[in-house]
Order: sequence, then structure tokens, then C-alpha cells
Amino acid sequence: MSTLIETVTVGDGTHECAFSIKDLKPAGDVRWCAGCGNYSVLSQVQKLLPELGVPRENIAFISGIGCSSRFPYYMNTYGFHTIHGRAAAVASGLKVARPDLSVWVVTGDGDALSIGGNHTIHLLRRNIDLNVLLFNNQIYGLTKGQYSPTSQHGQVTKSSPAGMPGYPFDPVSLALGAGASFVARTLDRDLRHLGVMLRRAAEHKGTSFLEIYQNCVVFNDGAFENFTDKATKPENTLFLEHGKPLIFGANSEKAIRLDGVEPRVISLGDGEHSVSDALVYDETNPNLAFIIAGMSRNPDLPRPVGVFLAVERPCFEEELTTQIQADAQKYSTDKPFEPSLEALFASEDEWTVALHH
Amino acid sequence: MKQTYNRTHAVVRFAGDSGDGIQVIGSQFATASALAHNQIRTMPDFPSEIRAPEGTPSGVSSFQLHFGTGEVYSAGDMCDCLVAMNAAALNVCLKDVRRGGTIIVNTAGFTEKFLRLAGYAENPLETTLLQSFNVVALDITRLASLAVRELTLSTKETERVKNFFALGLMYWLFSRPMAQTVAWIEEKFAKTPILAEANKLALTAGWNYADSTETLTERYMVEPSELISGRYRSLTGNVAAALGLIAASIQARLPLFFGGYPITPASDILQTLVQHKRFGVQVFQAEDEIAAIASALGASFGGNLAATATSGPGMSLKTEALGLAVMAELPLVVINVQRAGPSTGMPTKTEQADLFQALYGRHGEAPIPVLAAESPADCFRISYEAARIALKYRTPVIVLSDAMLANGSEPWKIATTDELPPIQVNFSQNASDFAPFLRDEITLARDWAIPGTKGLEHRLGGLEKQSGTGAISQDAQNHAQMVAFRASKIDGIVREIPPQEVFGAEAGKILVISWGSTFGAIREAVAHLQKDDITVGHAHLRYIHPFAANLGEIINHFEHIIVAELNAGQLIHILQDTFCKKMEHFSKINGQPFKAEQITVFIREMLARKEVSTSPPRLSAPIAA
Repeated sequence: MSTLIETVTVGDGTHECAFSIKDLKPAGDVRWCAGCGNYSVLSQVQKLLPELGVPRENIAFISGIGCSSRFPYYMNTYGFHTIHGRAAAVASGLKVARPDLSVWVVTGDGDALSIGGNHTIHLLRRNIDLNVLLFNNQIYGLTKGQYSPTSQHGQVTKSSPAGMPGYPFDPVSLALGAGASFVARTLDRDLRHLGVMLRRAAEHKGTSFLEIYQNCVVFNDGAFENFTDKATKPENTLFLEHGKPLIFGANSEKAIRLDGVEPRVISLGDGEHSVSDALVYDETNPNLAFIIAGMSRNPDLPRPVGVFLAVERPCFEEELTTQIQADAQKYSTDKPFEPSLEALFASEDEWTVALHH
Repeated sequence: MKQTYNRTHAVVRFAGDSGDGIQVIGSQFATASALAHNQIRTMPDFPSEIRAPEGTPSGVSSFQLHFGTGEVYSAGDMCDCLVAMNAAALNVCLKDVRRGGTIIVNTAGFTEKFLRLAGYAENPLETTLLQSFNVVALDITRLASLAVRELTLSTKETERVKNFFALGLMYWLFSRPMAQTVAWIEEKFAKTPILAEANKLALTAGWNYADSTETLTERYMVEPSELISGRYRSLTGNVAAALGLIAASIQARLPLFFGGYPITPASDILQTLVQHKRFGVQVFQAEDEIAAIASALGASFGGNLAATATSGPGMSLKTEALGLAVMAELPLVVINVQRAGPSTGMPTKTEQADLFQALYGRHGEAPIPVLAAESPADCFRISYEAARIALKYRTPVIVLSDAMLANGSEPWKIATTDELPPIQVNFSQNASDFAPFLRDEITLARDWAIPGTKGLEHRLGGLEKQSGTGAISQDAQNHAQMVAFRASKIDGIVREIPPQEVFGAEAGKILVISWGSTFGAIREAVAHLQKDDITVGHAHLRYIHPFAANLGEIINHFEHIIVAELNAGQLIHILQDTFCKKMEHFSKINGQPFKAEQITVFIREMLARKEVSTSPPRLSAPIAA
């Protein structure tokens, strides 16, 4: 176990921290498959944490069950590897009880959207200040290859040899629908973008929902290749940036224009359109976020990644704390209210029995 | 001149439609009796529907109260006095009124329509059905409306004061003080003074009517009890359980986190706790039963005293998380307010059929201590004790309550700090001597370090851990050892448990063993039999896992053991299995509690049987008394 080693200044120089990446690596081996997308997320998270200015002992990683949920064991902070689907609920209790902690939920598409779907939407509704990292590989990995709620319609898997019936969730649209205050998507193979998105998620106050397209090399290899491969990425991936026009293509020659509520691809080099026709993204506009998230269902449109929505909303645990304080205030006399057994047992309906009447 | 008769005990029941305000006047009468220094026990009984069809038997709401000068163990078997606000109430409750008892009926509830809805072909007030009772028939609805005719009230508001008229009449009949009810009305209707005035007028009119009418010639007085001096308040089981948790939080100096999900009959625990936020109580109404326990476990991981409460179906949903709580060895209090099941069953009725679930309803080898409250006020002591054990041993603890305890009430002598065992929690602080699965030599409780503690960062989880270090381990021998540790730790809780007491002789012919809400009826029955010189003892268990250390010895001192419980046989199997002795079972599974009479009859009949089988042959079989 490492101890406090030095005070280093990293990142933008404004944050001080008392630990380094080395301290975050616990003794045991990391046991994901070679080439698994989880490794890049782990390394980016380990790179980010010392820069946040949060002491290592105040960080907790809570996970459910699945490949990604082994994450806490590979992170030398406090951690709790819980039950399939229940990470959001366990983490909610922890953060409500301990608002002083930086709490991270590590989950997968099966964990968060299938067995734990209920907890996920209610977490987002409550806006508890947690960071949710949803590792979406569109497959059940740990159980060896059954289809998940984000697998594609018709996808052939061990549990759908004739192709998956029914349609997948789009996690971003789902999170927006549940009322999330921060929704973003990133790619395991774009380390720079991944790092930026992790930081945005960490810095957002409220529930941050970050979907990470994560490649499963064994059971669903290449699921996101179109969006991550050097050759195809520029044509197929649309990077959202607040206040910037939605432009994509190898030579930034294409853009997204809003045609009513329909996003359409326009060509900037066709003589008819210019950059001023492109939609300028606004990450504070929930309606816009819904429209752009909807592009994910249309294979003819580029896949949007980046911050879809980032808005300020009071956090559940803050409201609870305020209510607790208000109640104490209500019961304060000339002195502040002190929890005591006497105060607890006092009742307007009490009566006294004297000795022998 | 009206005659006043002294009684040592009385059992009264108010019954009417679920919208008639029966529970309100029942509670008022109970408070008045407590203030008159009587011992009391109450039993509310109401439909699971919010507003069941008016005038029908399924819509009857009732409130029974037993008050007395001497020991009052239960809410009473048979009523001395029934107030029936309509025909359906009479139809439902008549079987519980003793012959010669008084029945006060509101004739306005006996019109043709109400008789039909109640299922009466003929008006029972005009037949011989009630000939062995003392019937007082009056139009309470009309008399109450006359009392408030000077006030400007709607028809509906006028109609609603009839419950207080009935209460006033009963206050006269049983010589109860009215002042606290007047004060209650004034506070309750502070915002609508006209309704306060109306209810007070109705209350007084009821009293005056009783005082002047010629149909009531006798009234009763139940003298004050020799109660232990001190401050008292009335507690229902659910309120008591909530207060027990908060008291434990205060004593342990840990904030209380409660994860809950609404479910009958446990919701009052959630609602009571939310009224006590100022004590630092964090109430988290979760999205489901699973999240309720999972969030509590998260809070426990964070170093809070954490609890959840539910009823049977919710308990089923929580079992997976209980497995994790056992594995992670985190403190957690889980209260199951049992109801008649399975499934939705009869959600407002009582049953004790979740004992096996509490003991065994988990995957893997997952022992959990199980405690059971014996009375409404005992829910306080039991939930406090559960929290104490949970924190000391780092284990989930299951508390069994039930619908009868949850809604029933009794006076509780307000506890003082020195009456509560101390709760001390020492979180690990030093990296030099910490590992998450190092254990205390005596209790086997593991080291507990909470997030925020520098240098003690560690991971918990559902995967089996290496003893000591807490690293993930799939080692065969280690798993066997950890399973044994977890079991020994729970078995060792026996050192916390006071010796089991026996009511009556320490040895003899018959011992009745029971647990939970059946305490009152069984104790009353056993006390009754003991007065008849029958050597019968009563051992009522509050600790079911582990048992008190001396339980086996007690059992060996009796010839016959009767296990009485509101299920098809659960505790009996555990006792027989543990102590290798054949026992007799007395069960009842109809959603209603035992009556003391049922217990005495069973014991007498059993004695008669045993006499026959063990004595020399007789000419004729003895007749059961």
C-alpha cells in the first residue's frame, strides 16, 4: 500500500493533489482480456483523478456486475463491487450519506440498462452528484456473448443465433428522457476525447452520465469501428462542441443543418451551403439534445459524440441536507437543536404516573 | 339514579364504515384510558382498500381496546361493549361480543339499504338474534346532527360528527375523562374552528345523552393500575421501531440512513422517520425495494447506521442484497413487518409466516441474526438492539414485526439513557494495523474503515475475499474458512443475549413457546391456567437466531412443549431440529391474532389427552373443562 508521497501540480496548474497515478494502481493484476477497451478508460481515469484536487481517500468507485464492474478492484481508492444492476442504488445511498465523497459508478450496458434500468433512470431523475461511466460494448461479455439491450436489431449472438429481435436502447436518448442534467458520449479509442469527457463529467455538479463506446475484442469486436477507425471516423463521427457549428468529414466538408426538427447532412463544398448554414450546438438546450441524440438511430447520419447536455439543477442530496437543516431550525429555541434521546422521546401526548395513587 | 359498577378489566370495540372516523375515536378512547392510568392494549383492524364499498362487511373498520386495573397482556378476546355504527359492523363483530355484553347500535345504519349491504335478510334489531345481549339502539346520526344544528354546516359535515357523539357516550359509560379529546379536537381543527366546535358539541351531546337517557342505567369504572411511576407515552409498533433506530443512531453517534419503499403495513416507519429529520435522519424513498436496501448498504459502506423496512413481498426482493451485506460484512438493520401472504395476500392482516424466509431465504451460506418484537412498544427495544448488534458484529440483522404490532399501541414508559445499552463504534484509523478482513478475536467482527480515512483505501464486494487481506480469492480452503467465520460470528452473538425467562414454574408438565405478536394472548392464557393450578410455563422468544444459551435446558425441564405461532409450523421445526425433542404445534392462519381462549382450550384439551394416554384406563373419557 502506498502512502502520501509528494505534492505534485499537474493539469492546468490550479489543482493541487497529494497523490499520483502510481498510487492509484493497487497490488493485484488487471485481468481484462488483452486489447479490451476497458484498459484505456482505466488509464484515462487514473490520469484524471490526481488532477481533480480530491484526496484519494475521498474517492469511491462503485460498480455492479460485468466485465467493466471489476474496475474498482483496479483502482486504489475506496471501492465497492456490488450486485448486478444495483451500483446506482448503492452509490446513491453512499453519496446521500456522504456528500463529501467523490463517487463514481462504473457500469455496463447490461448492468445499467437491463437488470439495473430502473435504478439508472431514477438516479438521473434525482440528480445525485455522481459520475456514471457506462461502458457500452453492446454485448454481455462476462457471461460470454449474449445480446444486451444495446445490441443491434438482428445482431447474431449466442442467445440470438437468428438475429436479435426487437430494438436497442440508445443510452443517450434514454438518459435525456430520464431528465439527466449531464449527458455525454465518448469513444474508448479516442484517448484525448475520452480524457476531456471524463473531466467534464467529473466537474459537472449533479449526475453525470457518460456513455463510452467500448470495444469487446472477444464477443463483439469492431462494433464501433466505423466511429473509431482512422479511415472511417471522419465520415461517421460528429463531434459536438458547445457554441461551434456541427461539421464533420475528412476535410470538414460536411455539416448538419436543422430542417425543422430533422437533422440533415449538407455539403459545404456544393456552392449552395456555407458554414453559416450549419447548426451551432448548444449543450444547454435539452430539446436540441434530444434531436441530435436521435441521430444515433439513423445509420445514414454520422454518430454524434461529445457533451449532449450540461445544465445546472439542484442535487438531491443538497435538497435533503437543506430539509434536515430546516427541520433542526424549526425545533431550535434560543439554542440550536441538539439531537438527544430526551428530544426524541418528547411527545405532546405523554403523561406522568406518580408513585402509588 | 344511575349505578356505577367497578370492573378490573373491560374490552370495548368501535366499528363502522372505513370513512366513519372509527380509528380516530378508538385512539382517543385509548389515550383517555391511558390518562386514567389503566393498562391498555389496542388492536386496530381495517380494510386494505382506502375506501371500501360503503355499508358492506368488507368496508368495516374497527378498533378494539382492552384496558384494566391489573396486567393487560392483549387487546382482549371478547368485547364487553361494541359500538356498531351500521349493520355491517354488527354483522362482522357480533361473534366477538361476549354473551351479556352491551351493544350500542346506530339505528341510522340499519335502514333497508344498510341491512341489505350488510347481508341481513331481516333487521337483527327486530329479531331474537341479539336477545342475549344488552342492546342500546339509538339514532346516533340524527342525535349528533341535532347537537350541531345551530352551526352552519354542510350535510356532509353534519353527518361526520357522529363518531364524536358515539365517543362521548362511551366516555360516559366507562367514566373516562374528556379533556384531552377536547384539546385534541381544538388542535386538529385549529384551521376550521367551526368543525372544532361541531365535534366538541357532538362529543358533549353524546355524554349528556348517556347521562340523561333511561336506556342506560349502569355505567362502569375501571380503577387505575399500580403502574411504575414515570413518564409515559403511547407507541404503535411502527413508531416504536422508528424511534429505536434513531435512538441507536444518537447513542452510536452515527447518522441514520433509511432506505425505504412504501408497503403496507411498514410504511409508517418511513413516514415516522421523515418526521425526525432534525436528528440527522436521512430518509431515501427509493424506486423499489431493491434500491431501498442497496442504498442503505451504500450508506453503511459510508459509515452510517443504515436501515430499511418492508413486508414479505419486499423482503423477497431484498434477499439478493442481503447476500451482499453478509459477504461484505456491513451493518444493516432490516425490519420485516409481516402480513398475511403469500404475495399480496391480506396486506392489512397479521401473520407470522416469514420466519423461514428470515432464517433461510438467501442464496449461499448466509447466516443472519433474527430478532422478533413481542409487543408494540417492544419494537423500540428490538430495533435498538438490532442496530447495536449490527454495528458491533458488522452484520445485517433482521427484525420481525407484524401488522398487529405495527398498528397496535400500548403505553411505553419513556426510556432514559442509562436504560439503553451503550453502542460504541470504532472505525479503523491506522494503516499500520488495518486490513478489511482482519477480525476481532472475540466477536469475529472484521475491521471497519470508512471512505475518507487516509491510507485505508480498500475494496469490498460480492466476490469471496481472502481472510485478512480482503484480496479477491477463489481458493478452496479460504472459502471454507470464510464460510465458517461468517457462521461462527453470528453464532457468537449468543453472548449478547440475556437468558431466556420462563413465566411460571421453571419445570413442569407443559411449556408454551412462542415468538412475536402472540405474546399477549398466550401470556394471558397461561396466567389464567396457572390460576387454576395447572403447571404450565411460557417462554416467549425475542431472539430466534441465535437462541438464548439456556433455551435447550429450559425445554428439557418440561414434559410437553407446545409451540404456538400464526403459521403452518415454522419455529416448531427449528426447535425440534435444534433440541431433538418432539413438540406439539398450535397454529392459526386466518389473518387474525390468537385469542387467549383458544390457547387455554388447546392446552386443556391437550392435558386431557395426555392424562388419557398416561393414566390408567378410566371408565369414561374426561370432559375437557
